[in-house]
Amino acid sequence: MNQTQEFHHRIDDALHNDQLRRNFRSAMSGVMARRADQFPDDDQLQALREQAQTVRANSLVRQPELLERLEQKLTANGIQVHWAESAEQANTIIHGILKGADARSVVKGKSMVSEETELNHYLEQRGIEVIESDLGEYIIQLAKEPPSHIVMPAVHKNRFEVAELFRKFHPDIPYTDDVDELTQTAREILRTRFANADAGVSGVNFAVAETGTLCLVENEGNGRLSTTAPRLHIAITGVEKVVEKLSDVPPLLEILTKSATGQPITTYFNMISRPRQPDELDGPEAVHLVLLDNGRSRIRVDEELLDTLRCIRCGACINHCPVYVQLGGHAYGTVYPGPIGIALEPQRLGLDKAGTLTSACTMCGACGEVCPVKIPLPKLINRLRAEAVNKRRTTTPLTGRGSLRKPSEATIWKLWQQLNSHPRLYRLFTLAATRLRGLTPGKLGAWTRYRSAPKPGSRSLHELARQEGFSHE
Amino acid sequence: MPAPEKVYFFATCLIDLMYPRAGLAGMQLIKRAGVDVIFPQDQTCCGQPAFNSGYREEALAVARAQLACFKCDIPVVVPSGSCAGMIKHHWPELFEGEADEQQALDVAGRTYELTEFLVDVLDVRLSDLGTPTRIAIHTSCSARREMGVADRIQSLLAQLDKVEVLTQDREAECCGFGGTFAVKQADIAGAMVKDKTDALRATGAERVISQDCGCLMNIGGAFEHQGDGPATQHVAEFLLERTS
Amino acid sequence: MSEARDRILERLRANRPHEVSVPLVYQKALGWDREQCIASFSERMQAVRGEVHRVGRNDWVDWINTEMASRHMSRALIGRSTIAERFAAGASDALELTCYDRKIEEWKDTLFHEIDFSITGSLAGLAESGSLVLWPDASEPRLMSLVPPLHIALLDADRLFENFAQLIEKENWAAGMPTNALLISGPSKTADIEQTLAYGIHGPKQLITLILE
Repeated sequence: MNQTQEFHHRIDDALHNDQLRRNFRSAMSGVMARRADQFPDDDQLQALREQAQTVRANSLVRQPELLERLEQKLTANGIQVHWAESAEQANTIIHGILKGADARSVVKGKSMVSEETELNHYLEQRGIEVIESDLGEYIIQLAKEPPSHIVMPAVHKNRFEVAELFRKFHPDIPYTDDVDELTQTAREILRTRFANADAGVSGVNFAVAETGTLCLVENEGNGRLSTTAPRLHIAITGVEKVVEKLSDVPPLLEILTKSATGQPITTYFNMISRPRQPDELDGPEAVHLVLLDNGRSRIRVDEELLDTLRCIRCGACINHCPVYVQLGGHAYGTVYPGPIGIALEPQRLGLDKAGTLTSACTMCGACGEVCPVKIPLPKLINRLRAEAVNKRRTTTPLTGRGSLRKPSEATIWKLWQQLNSHPRLYRLFTLAATRLRGLTPGKLGAWTRYRSAPKPGSRSLHELARQEGFSHE
Repeated sequence: MPAPEKVYFFATCLIDLMYPRAGLAGMQLIKRAGVDVIFPQDQTCCGQPAFNSGYREEALAVARAQLACFKCDIPVVVPSGSCAGMIKHHWPELFEGEADEQQALDVAGRTYELTEFLVDVLDVRLSDLGTPTRIAIHTSCSARREMGVADRIQSLLAQLDKVEVLTQDREAECCGFGGTFAVKQADIAGAMVKDKTDALRATGAERVISQDCGCLMNIGGAFEHQGDGPATQHVAEFLLERTS
Repeated sequence: MSEARDRILERLRANRPHEVSVPLVYQKALGWDREQCIASFSERMQAVRGEVHRVGRNDWVDWINTEMASRHMSRALIGRSTIAERFAAGASDALELTCYDRKIEEWKDTLFHEIDFSITGSLAGLAESGSLVLWPDASEPRLMSLVPPLHIALLDADRLFENFAQLIEKENWAAGMPTNALLISGPSKTADIEQTLAYGIHGPKQLITLILE
């Protein structure tokens, strides 16, 4: 099966899952409303978006220098920096650090980058126990599923489904589907893991070059616990996450939390600059940062597509997408779903692997409208569509170009071009279509599965205009 | 800007063939306001279907063929948010670096969606001669987000004192047409139009009015297929009907 | 591995996008006075189930004594700061004080299971977001404000700033960051199950801020 067929199978499954679609409808409506509540003044919102866009865009302009400065500062602070070109390299590096520290158990804070590298699986295969500590991630870890959203990984599950998972994996705890009780259960179960884990692994929201500081955003406290209680902390992040100055952080933090979950700020904002100092009594004695490329530097070569790298992973585009709400995240079949997924994954993985995702978009623009850093998502998706069917040589580093080009479709567009660039031919066509309108079939393929077949008018507007005496020049 | 003496009218291929009466109504509304309407017979299509499918060369060839039709420095009025959006916001991208880029930018710079033109340039005054009715407005995503003209159709309809406008749930959510999307991802589109028609039907509106016939073809076609639902109509036809 | 670094940087240098020239004008000053700052801080904190009480600078020890007695909480954790000394000097006999004076590895189980509440100071407060700012150090280590189920934080009313941007600028954080800097804006919470808010998941279930005046 090719990527298009596989995608259609997943879409089919998703559309037939009524419970899933109800869960998503409810979740997305809520999170959209909460975001809107945080931005009552549109002028202020637009100004904040401009600021956030500027900060992120300029970080990308200076990315190589900023990464070097970040590395230099972190190193001076005592944090060890590693560079990984690929997912495999990142996993190898992290495994190496854990092995060197004789770490057998890892407690994880949420990290989408670690989903990219499939770190958990890699470590588990090598005998290292990995426990996800974010409640949403823990739930999907029990369910053995990937996240369906980049901020709310278990958004596809309702509380009965969660209760069932807890009952199955923690049979000694009495069944409950009460959210507070389920939360307390999770607190107790995961507490001992924090206390006893040899190492903590986390992502990074912003890496500040000016001071060599890793910033993490969270509500639960698991991020702080994972990065403070164990003796070893390994952070992994994409190379595009670096920002220049500390003063860049407040506007990004504000628009991130408001866009992502509709909160003015998250419970905790954690800024790590050093490992435990000689006089300090807690905190990890060793802190490492793994900088992952995994296709990002290749994306940056394209002047238009590099806007994708501004992303601060808020998920607002996903929340507002009218297609995502019908499918849920798993249908996309990639680490990143929704609009950012459609823009990023074909670039990361190749158009031949993920280009088909570009068809799951109506170009409605809801995503671009809410993106806090003003990534022109519809424009990028449209560009990727063009690259997917174009085999001609260009300088863009996209891989898999032209892999979705079908001779039959290309012919149709060539015919369409001929028809629409020859006015007389066009008018002849509309003459025929209007006079023969009675022959319009009642069934028109996929269109008439859900709608009646449209019929041409009895006269084209060209003809009516002439009849009614409108001049033509 | 003050009202021009004359304007071009760009049919859009969809209206030309499938909804010509809507196009004619648009032209008549402008003419009634004292402005001459020129309908170049050589016009065909703005190129959007190919552009959104990734076939940019073909889209460019067709878009280019329109330039000669709209040479004079007068407004180009388009009875569709999506086609107006294509010309105004995507032709610059499509023609970038081309020899006729400046011509295209020139046309794009004087392109208006119909309701935008009626409100911003002509400031039309409407008197409602119809009987009381309840309607819902569906604004296309292009009209809303690309052209920013959701408020223009609202303000025109607000002038009709016997027309009550009802608001459907999730008003700003896409109806699932998306041009070729409705065929390429037919089942997702089917799910989306089902949600949209449910929301519209629930208002109890007698008619759904829109600036875009693509959406109407989708929504109206779905109502017909479901066997139950309000009628659908382009805003130009509705306005002409109510004020004649 | 330095090969990976070189190759990554080389690819990044292959293109230099155009700079965006919108000047950064984030956060004009709100012009709040102290009362307004206190009001905003309290409102935001309370909106997420944080408790806020205004207490005299000489009254906070008694306040804690009384309040913890009424809540039946007796096992307190303090550090080695001036605050800790003051509290130790005036703590009620009903309280059992533990001092965080040795490395965490030596007493982890006790910290995780046998402490009811902790008392720390704070570096500052942020009025607009309702946040406490902490720079944990040797005298008040990081886990104090994280592990115990209840955290009491002392905030000097004179140390309320309008917002984060203002604090970073006025106190020149860029000159040097500590091991760990924290913004704490309420008790721990999650909405991962049906987007329903549930409090007290991993961090403290309760957060009390005493604004000292």
